[in-house]
Amino acid sequence: MTEQLRAATTEPASQEVERRADEAGPVDYEVQLESLNQWQLAWRKFRKHHLALIGLGILLVFVVVAIVGPIVSPFVFNEIPKPDKLVGAGRPPSLAHPFGETGGLQRDVLQLVINGARTSLLIGFSSMAIGVIIGTIVGSISGYVGGFVDNVLMRIVDVMLSLPLLFVILVASQFFGNGNVILIIIIFGVFSWMGIARLVRSLFLSIREREFVEAAKAVGVRDRRIIFRHILPNAFSPIVVSASLIVAGNIIGEAFVSFLGFGVNPIYPTWGNILSNALTFIPQGNWWWPLFPGLAIIMTVLAVNFIGDGLRDALDPRSRA
Amino acid sequence: MTDVGAPSGSTAAAATPAPAVDVTPAVGTPPDAAEPLLAIRGLKKHFPIVGGLLRRQIATVYAVDGIDFDIMPGEIFSLVGESGCGKTTLGRTLLRLVEPTAGRIAFQGHDITDISQNDLRPLRRKMQIIFQDPFGSLNPRMPVSDIIGEGLLAQGMSDRKERDKKVEDSLETVGLRRDYTRRYPHEFSGGQRQRIGIARALALGPDFVVCDEPVSALDVSIQSQVLNLLLDLRREFNLTYLFISHNLSVVQYFSDRVGVMYLGKIAELGSVEELYRNPRHPYTVALLSAIPEADPRRRKKRLVLKGDVPSPAAPPSGCRFHTRCWLREQLGNPERCVTEEPQLRTVGTAHATACHFAEEISQESVETVAAKQSVVDTAVAEPA
Amino acid sequence: MTEVIDTPGQRGAPPARDVLLDVRNMRTYFHVLDGVVPAVDGVSFSLGRGKTLGIVGESGSGKSVTALTVMRLLDIPPAEIVPGSEVWFDGQEILSMPIDSMRKIRGNDMAMIFQEPLTSLNPVFTIGDQIAEQVVLHKKVKYKVAWDRAIEALTMVGIPSPERRVKQYPHEMSGGMRQRVMIAMALSCEPKLLIADEPTTALDVTIQAQILELLKSIQQRTGSALMLITHDLGVVAEVVDHVAVMYAGQIVEEGTVEQVLVSPRAPYTMGLIESIPTVEKRGGRLQVIKGVVPSPFNLPPACRFEPRCPYAWDLCRQVPPELYATDHAGQRARCHLHTPAGEPRRGPALEAHEEAMRVGRGGRRNAMTMDERRQA
Repeated sequence: MTEQLRAATTEPASQEVERRADEAGPVDYEVQLESLNQWQLAWRKFRKHHLALIGLGILLVFVVVAIVGPIVSPFVFNEIPKPDKLVGAGRPPSLAHPFGETGGLQRDVLQLVINGARTSLLIGFSSMAIGVIIGTIVGSISGYVGGFVDNVLMRIVDVMLSLPLLFVILVASQFFGNGNVILIIIIFGVFSWMGIARLVRSLFLSIREREFVEAAKAVGVRDRRIIFRHILPNAFSPIVVSASLIVAGNIIGEAFVSFLGFGVNPIYPTWGNILSNALTFIPQGNWWWPLFPGLAIIMTVLAVNFIGDGLRDALDPRSRA
Repeated sequence: MTDVGAPSGSTAAAATPAPAVDVTPAVGTPPDAAEPLLAIRGLKKHFPIVGGLLRRQIATVYAVDGIDFDIMPGEIFSLVGESGCGKTTLGRTLLRLVEPTAGRIAFQGHDITDISQNDLRPLRRKMQIIFQDPFGSLNPRMPVSDIIGEGLLAQGMSDRKERDKKVEDSLETVGLRRDYTRRYPHEFSGGQRQRIGIARALALGPDFVVCDEPVSALDVSIQSQVLNLLLDLRREFNLTYLFISHNLSVVQYFSDRVGVMYLGKIAELGSVEELYRNPRHPYTVALLSAIPEADPRRRKKRLVLKGDVPSPAAPPSGCRFHTRCWLREQLGNPERCVTEEPQLRTVGTAHATACHFAEEISQESVETVAAKQSVVDTAVAEPA
Repeated sequence: MTEVIDTPGQRGAPPARDVLLDVRNMRTYFHVLDGVVPAVDGVSFSLGRGKTLGIVGESGSGKSVTALTVMRLLDIPPAEIVPGSEVWFDGQEILSMPIDSMRKIRGNDMAMIFQEPLTSLNPVFTIGDQIAEQVVLHKKVKYKVAWDRAIEALTMVGIPSPERRVKQYPHEMSGGMRQRVMIAMALSCEPKLLIADEPTTALDVTIQAQILELLKSIQQRTGSALMLITHDLGVVAEVVDHVAVMYAGQIVEEGTVEQVLVSPRAPYTMGLIESIPTVEKRGGRLQVIKGVVPSPFNLPPACRFEPRCPYAWDLCRQVPPELYATDHAGQRARCHLHTPAGEPRRGPALEAHEEAMRVGRGGRRNAMTMDERRQA
């Protein structure tokens, strides 16, 4: 059989081939759109989404600041800038300190926000990564294996969703000590996978039924390759969109628990604990202290959400326009 | 030349522990027939419908419900029927892409019903499938070289160069350019994609191909290109096709024998000449009458069936067609149609029908019914 | 009076009274990332009161966009109706009409039946509510009257026990039944024009037969005009009297169903009919139209069918053809074969087509190789 195929495609078939190529059409008038791969196509659509582009710009600035900033202007908790005035009032923005200075130790707010960017973004992205990895693994197993295993995993998801995150952080801080960055990342990560798991499971269930998966099975492709080459790449876009929203959620979440005093220890500034410290000085009119970290949070979250929106449109294979 | 999967050094048959089966020809098989390429007996596929809090089975869809037929080497056997009749499930079940609930499938004399997916893998080279949807059947994230090549890889052709050469050969065989290998599915038109799907099936060098509505999603002018291609390939590679379609004109043009399916069962089976000229089942008569005729000179008064196809989860008792049957009505609604399930029986050379009253079908009876019916009649959904 | 009028009325002036719909030089372009798609590119046709017209074409031919433009159902942008396009309906130019006035026409004098009834019906209302609401809106009658009208409409389309069905929700009905509901809804305001866009494509063949019979009888009973959009030549032949064939945004041939389907004069239509599988062609290869539909971004400069046309010559690459009169009264084809310049080639081309059809009927003889056919 294969001999026939080979034979037919080499010599006697050359005429045949020409004939069929002829039927397939003169190439000049074929639907010849630019040859773009999935990612080029997605980028082209993403570029059209102005808010997403702005979001991407803002996020890039923050990421650069988070990486470079602490090197240029490192924050050392024990280094107190004005040791002579321990309970001083803050100072409003000036040329030397464009974001103003805090009350109390009179630290530079700009320096705090820059150093806070590193921790806040680290928490946001790392916990997202943990969540996406766990969620994808659980969702894949659940969706591909199905049956009993699926049932058990999904009930675990239900249980996890019913646990109050704040309560867990409270308890954990009692056990492991307050304010450990790694602990916060792990806790947020472990509480971010359920949505992804449900999403991935449903994607598996639907993609598994697609004809190209059946076609792969029909030529004898093994399960592992079907998962990694067929199902996961096609589940990728919704996961990316969902992940971007987790980043935003966890940055807000961290700010929230730090604000309540259960988050990251103030030796490592985060936008949340800067805000928390600013709280007592708000009645004294130190508006610049909470304003700038607050703005940083809002801008980051907005930027990430815009990017998520843009990705959702760009990665949607249904539209080319 | 190296055969795909040559490392194992064995033919598909030797690698398969499946026992040879002795099959007596199915009803409707040509009398002078040789050994069938594919024989199925009593094949059933039931899908459970689960629901409720405890995920209990609350109903069953009888998608394929007891089918027997043989496919002879080299022939084009077509299955026609409306959506929900089980023809697509049947095609998938034959290839064990869907596991059968009951019955036997014998391919080239070997029972493949119960063998493991691993033992089945070498056999997959011999039996392939072409899908309906040229957009859904190609992975949008894979270049053509992988789409066509991964079957070769799965079958043990691990050398990338050899595989790429083979992929290019198959592209050429289906009339596409050799240098299309690095492209992605979205860069092709519907007809070109369908050719890629055909190339994927052919790359493995199959003997038997299930064509599941391969042209239904294509425009008329592209449809004829693909039909011609399928006919050419069949001649060149001695293929046997199971052609699944709802388009009776295409089936008539394309196939040697036809099985008409209704609600999971074969209603009528026979050669194209016999079945189209002399239909012996009231459902087939109605199907043929429903074909829209492009040539206005051949327009005729048509026989229109009442109501819709009942749900395959609750098929009618007795003859499954009795709720819509014009012949039964004409004969004064005999009780037998409701109480006794008609078996497929021979009514001529290689022609079988599952109707108790097949002998009552005549040109006059059809014309009488067609003349009498009104449009309002045709929508009755409930059993009369 | 023929529906397809040879000389459209003067620009800017309403057409004759017996013309219900007069489309003049309609162009609908889409602005997309890759450029501009001329989906409908200079389409003109007219439809008399109570007459039927089929618009046939393959995917991408612009047939559906034509219907949507006439209904003014396109989003603008990305769509653009190019200035100079005119659609006269019942004595009024409707493209320039305020959208509020258009809403009064739509669903009332002009009703549409879509391909997919499930998505066109609102799942949270009973079908009676949906039909009655429309009647109340357009006919300014009491709800009770409208409700009775709904039952009447359901009866008309052959839905059994309409008094019970009228209280059901769309999901409680089968596909064929839903399509009947759509038709009932379209009929409820006694429209002057019924536009059916692929009304049977989503349906099984026996249900398709039911719906086609129904459309035919409804059209005859109500006397409304019918514009049927489809890709299926068989469907067209069953239901309408006149037909326009579209290719790449243009009408390439128009005439009566008998003229166009039995003796086509545009090479595209000829090829389309030759390529339909029939019993007579068994055992042989089907005729094919080589190649694929041109990309809308890269249309051939003159005749849009030229790259795929077996009869094309230099002229076809230089001068865009118009719709020319053919040897049949009222039938026109967009092909240079029907100009004096094409005169010498016309006979052989038509003969080749006749031969293709006849050889088809003869059976085995068209099992010729491609080379043989090329020489033919």
